[in-house]
Amino acid sequence: MTGHHPIGLTIRGGVKVYPGTRALKGVDFDLRMGAVNVLVGENGAGKSTLMKVIAGVEDLTEGEVFLNGQPVNFRSKAEAVAAGIGIVFQELNLFPNLTVAENIFIGREPTRAGIDIDRDQQRRETTALMQRLEQPIDPDTPLGHLRIGQQQIVEIAKALAQDAKILILDEPTSALSAAECEVLFRIIDDLKAQGVGIVYISHRLEELIRVGDYITVLRDGEITGARAMAGVDIPWIVQAMIGGSSKEFGRTEAAAFGDEIFRAEDITLPRKGGGYAVDHLSLSIRAGEIVGLYGLMGAGRTEFVECIMAQHPHSGGRFFVEGRALTETDVTGRIRRGIALIPEDRKRDGLVQIMAIRENITLSALQRFARVFHLDLKAEAETAQRFIKDLTIKIASPENPVSSLSGGNQQKVVIGKALMTNPKILLMDEPSRGIDIGAKAEVFRLMRKLAAQGLGILFVTSDLDEVLALSDRIIVMANGRITGEFAAGTDAARVIAATSPNTAQTPDTTARNKTKESAA
Amino acid sequence: MTAAPVSASAISPGTSALLFLLRARTFVALILVFTYFAVMAPNFLSLANAVIISKHVALNAFLAIGMTFVIITGGIDLSVGSIVGLCGMVAGWLVINGIDLGVLGIGYSIQFNSLEVAVLTVIVGMFVGLINGLLITRLNVAPFIATLGTLYVARGAALLSSGGRTFPNLQGNADYGSDSFPFIGSGTVFGLPFMVWMLIVVALVAAYLANRTPLGRHIYAVGGNERGAALSGVKVNQVKIFVYVFSGFCAALVGVIIASQLQAAHPATGETFELNAIAAAVLGGTSMAGGRGRIGGTIVGAFVIGILSDGLIMMGVSSFWQTVIKGLVIIAAVVIDQAQSKLQARVALQQEAAASRAA
Repeated sequence: MTGHHPIGLTIRGGVKVYPGTRALKGVDFDLRMGAVNVLVGENGAGKSTLMKVIAGVEDLTEGEVFLNGQPVNFRSKAEAVAAGIGIVFQELNLFPNLTVAENIFIGREPTRAGIDIDRDQQRRETTALMQRLEQPIDPDTPLGHLRIGQQQIVEIAKALAQDAKILILDEPTSALSAAECEVLFRIIDDLKAQGVGIVYISHRLEELIRVGDYITVLRDGEITGARAMAGVDIPWIVQAMIGGSSKEFGRTEAAAFGDEIFRAEDITLPRKGGGYAVDHLSLSIRAGEIVGLYGLMGAGRTEFVECIMAQHPHSGGRFFVEGRALTETDVTGRIRRGIALIPEDRKRDGLVQIMAIRENITLSALQRFARVFHLDLKAEAETAQRFIKDLTIKIASPENPVSSLSGGNQQKVVIGKALMTNPKILLMDEPSRGIDIGAKAEVFRLMRKLAAQGLGILFVTSDLDEVLALSDRIIVMANGRITGEFAAGTDAARVIAATSPNTAQTPDTTARNKTKESAA
Repeated sequence: MTAAPVSASAISPGTSALLFLLRARTFVALILVFTYFAVMAPNFLSLANAVIISKHVALNAFLAIGMTFVIITGGIDLSVGSIVGLCGMVAGWLVINGIDLGVLGIGYSIQFNSLEVAVLTVIVGMFVGLINGLLITRLNVAPFIATLGTLYVARGAALLSSGGRTFPNLQGNADYGSDSFPFIGSGTVFGLPFMVWMLIVVALVAAYLANRTPLGRHIYAVGGNERGAALSGVKVNQVKIFVYVFSGFCAALVGVIIASQLQAAHPATGETFELNAIAAAVLGGTSMAGGRGRIGGTIVGAFVIGILSDGLIMMGVSSFWQTVIKGLVIIAAVVIDQAQSKLQARVALQQEAAASRAA
């Protein structure tokens, strides 16, 4: 088998050190041409770092990269592109307002006499590319009119237009429908036949086994498995991914749950262009219980949490807090009923960056310090100080802008803001994102403490270790539905299997235009 | 973990002195401008002159206070000049004609005393502000466009009300109790012009609102991060509607005051006033990006602009040059503002870095 697939790119002893962490710890990686090289690992295992090294975005601290046997050192993405390496990032870097042809040639437009853009040549070459990819996409279509799957194909075409011999696809199917996945797999087969070496990153294990020829598993910056795909099964991958030991944030005392504190019944959120982002979902949480909501990107977890926080006026279904229906339709009302949200995107949704730490932490609970309309600044400052102390937020002064804090301390400010409203249910969307290990452990300890005080906690995460270690109950979502529910201490493989049920044989939901959704 | 020793050790005294100077820059500018004219311009320091200047400043300051709240939420209100014009005409109409009930076939008209005239006019101004707010929140029109639209509509309505003519001789009528109308703009209480007292009250209320009420805090939060504020339970739309209504209120006061001062209402009154108001707010440290600004700063900014123009007039500088100088001062203010925020952010970062090292 190896004979058919010559090694195109090799990394030997690759070490990458960021301030405070070693993202890669001596990685040996072989990339085979004319084959799909699958790369898999937990979030933070070092996949992206490895790909950034190959694509010239990052430099290795130690170690060497060989391209066709020759040592190379890309100092920029442009150099890597010139050497025939193309990368399609998970987040598309396209312009919805420009046409397909303009997108493909952005930044290197063919010109007549160096001034006038040669539209005919652009169009000709784009048409040729689309024929090569067997896609009936008109070069003059504005990109925003295409479905997300077609946009992904345009991104691939852009890489191919720059003569990519090596193509890195970072989670290419996370936003695709089943039918669009099939198209992508066909294109991948064609490219393989043309001798292109493909690196394929994904969390969907069955998909990896299907599409891959070689597999490399990363864990904490080290390669824990590398072999040809033949004979690989899901248990083998899971074992290599998470290893024997698990990070421990477990419960120390026996679980003692109270009554049901929150219930969602038949929640629906229609998706643009048909189908549901949240598909008739029901769940309940008991006082003192930590429920982990696990799933892949686009499974509808964040959307569900946003429905609870009244962010989607078109959503359907009913919520109950302590048995009483949640009829309030605005955020203020829901906060008053005891719901608090710690949003996924701290910078965009969680904090007012230019306001002081004190002002941020009291923002949701200002009425506590107000007599009619008069604000008791002294009481406000005292309470803020008490929360800062209780949550061990390390700051010089509560009057400094919150933007001057580190990610972990900012997250604690967001948590403090939520707790100041005396919530009964705490919704935490990716609470450990973008914060360092120490702060992470503190946040998890805090979650334990709050649950012990009788709060119900629903936390969304994409980290398998985290969901396994922290949850009293694990709920897995895929395609807007609950696809698995597990008690604490369950088998990791079963949780992973639930994230992509039936290898995503869902009906084709057309026109899921992610670019438009994020713009809206 | 007390705050004081850390912050003291983290930044040098030179930096903190510079930061203090930058923070107080509008005040420093005010003192500089004041001293300069006190020395250079004859009669500048006379009491009569002080009263005249404060009256000029007050008109702009009213508008600038309303504008400050709007800008803090991240918006802009271009319609205030037109609201001044419209409300002047409304006040003039009410003083001269009252409200004619002829359309109802009764053959009577209702006449109003001065207070009633003022209140009704202010309601009209707040109504225009309400329309701005509703356009911006319910119909999602960009603030610039929405208030540009009401700028034209209100000005047109002002012109239509009199066919473009002036309402003259607004002395009022003792029978109706409106003979005190001229007092609003030209009367004096305890040695200070009545309108300056009004400004003091409005400014104190506005400053209190900004610093000591939940609504004020919410205004800053909306401007700092609208999404974040909404998710924190701030009623963003209500806050936005409030600031435009308040801006309309301030503009209406100016309309009444000018009509009363001149004892006449001209439909073109207030043209380009909105620009002076924006200038005063920006000069006082209000950030056009939203989230930052102080009522006190805005008042000082209005005084800098007012003293600058009156002082230059007294020195006989041509009005063309005045315009150039005003523009330069505003640009300089914003440049210094940028320098200040950069320095301030750096100092805060240093303090927090020191704090996390210490912990």
